[in-house]
Amino acid sequence: MSAIPAPTERELIDFVVHEARLLDDKRYAEWLDLWSDDGIYWVPLSPDQIDGIHHNSHLYEDKLLRSLRVERLKSPRAHAQQPPSRAHHLLQLPTLERSDATEQRYVLRSAFHYAEAQGDETIFLVGIVFHHLAVQDSRLVLTMKRVDLLNAEAALPAVQLFI
Amino acid sequence: MSDRYRDHPDRVRALVEPDRVHRDLYIDSEIFALEQEHFFANTWNYIGHESQLPNAGDYLTLEIAGRPLVAVRHDDGSVRVLMNRCAHKGARVVSAPAGNTGRFFRCPYHAWAYNTDGSLRAIPLRSGYDGTRLAECEAAQGLAPVKHVRSHRGFVFAKLSDAGADFESYFGDSLSSIDNLADRSPEGELEITGGCLRFLHQCNWKMFVENLNDTMHPMVVHESSAGTAKRMWKDEPADKPKPMAIEQFVPFVSDYKFFDDMGVRVFANGHSYSGVHFSIHSGYSGVEGYEEKMHAAYGAEKSAEIMKIARHNTVYYPSLTIKGAIQSIRVVRPIAVDKTVIESWTFRLKGAPEKLLERTITYNRLINSPFSVVGHDDLHSYRAIQSGLHASGNPWVSLQRDFDPAEIGASDLVATGTSEVSMRNQYRAWLDYMTETM
Repeated sequence: MSAIPAPTERELIDFVVHEARLLDDKRYAEWLDLWSDDGIYWVPLSPDQIDGIHHNSHLYEDKLLRSLRVERLKSPRAHAQQPPSRAHHLLQLPTLERSDATEQRYVLRSAFHYAEAQGDETIFLVGIVFHHLAVQDSRLVLTMKRVDLLNAEAALPAVQLFI
Repeated sequence: MSDRYRDHPDRVRALVEPDRVHRDLYIDSEIFALEQEHFFANTWNYIGHESQLPNAGDYLTLEIAGRPLVAVRHDDGSVRVLMNRCAHKGARVVSAPAGNTGRFFRCPYHAWAYNTDGSLRAIPLRSGYDGTRLAECEAAQGLAPVKHVRSHRGFVFAKLSDAGADFESYFGDSLSSIDNLADRSPEGELEITGGCLRFLHQCNWKMFVENLNDTMHPMVVHESSAGTAKRMWKDEPADKPKPMAIEQFVPFVSDYKFFDDMGVRVFANGHSYSGVHFSIHSGYSGVEGYEEKMHAAYGAEKSAEIMKIARHNTVYYPSLTIKGAIQSIRVVRPIAVDKTVIESWTFRLKGAPEKLLERTITYNRLINSPFSVVGHDDLHSYRAIQSGLHASGNPWVSLQRDFDPAEIGASDLVATGTSEVSMRNQYRAWLDYMTETM
């Protein structure tokens, strides 16, 4: 049993807003640090998908793959990042969907608009993001970020940064 | 659109030389329109896998050569491919990507109904056609069936035109790659599963197809992704089990000698595979319980023979490309001269451990997703060509690496892995099927 007090709803919402801010500011080292060691960053291929292991997903990334994504962006040979892309998250006020104070686990749901711009081109994606948060070592961590795209089954252009 | 090439097969022939091709193959919209009319109609194109249509009435929709099609399991058990066009006023009859239509298709506009072999079943208030010449017209024939449909180990192909080659002579011995994929199941059967990743490529379809047996690019294009994975793992102890992702990424940045030694084999009609002797898929660790099941099914010798084959990409020119050792396929769907959708599908090997499906799914996501760090750098190169070719001063794309005039006309040959022979071979076939009906 953790002795620390349960996070307030405001603290949970601030976490979600902060996570998007870190991505838009390209503060990727801090972003990687938000996650639990077993955290999964997931963009399913269909909205009702329950399995990321035996069913295709756009993205299903553990700690190693998230780090690889960040490391690659530092490479001068990441040709597709010439010129570098920029990302923008617009979030609706997150709502607390599930709350387990005993286990200190929480799920927040946020509608979002995401834009990614590169040179003269901008792509737009919209959907719902679920943040699964837990308290570990007296701080909130991300155990799952699930991004359900409105058009998950559509033929999508390259999405190069972090939605 | 210009009329530079229509009715001028001689001008089209001048675009393909034995060791180079003209940029108009990639950037000219008239050439693309003529490809839809001739090339994609005269060649055998991939429709889908029979496991997508297990029951009578199951259908899937797609486009080949710009024509809307529906493939359906007829009540006699065969797969029929029909033009998805109502015989009445031309409405597309089926709109969903896949589903079950029951015993018949029904047009959403005036309820004309068709059996699953395409024949006309019913028209509301049919007496209105009494005394008309409807019965003598196409309208009474129903949904036009595609005559040339063939299935090999569940892979369904169709040829829209009566021209071109018959199925066996078109694919020849290249079908051994499909056989190897299916043989990897202890039951000899595949099941398509896990949905389809669809990745929009803003480039001509040929950049993608050429790239599959282009072994001079991985160490360059994938340095930032696979090279980074290799660097991140290099300080780990040698005996530490590699995560699937590391096992799959790292071979992409093997050296030139590795890819050269892999070898490439080309067949008549544009087909080819790299990885004649081994490939980037050869070094994967075993999956518990799989070898035993294969032994039990095939015996030790045959089983070892099947598993030893680890071909890289096999191109079933022009629309299907497969990875037998990974159990995934990529399907090329051209949309416009500078727009192509790449579909990536995955298979379960029936009777094999579920861990293999996990490996297949992992690979497909890491390499073929629109979010793939490998795919981003590939696509960047294709788009760079799509735009770079508009430069003046040199209208030619060089395919001269390891060119040997003796290769012209060969129906089956093996070359050094870094040769561009697979691309030269593709364009010889392209020219044949493009101009055959012009």
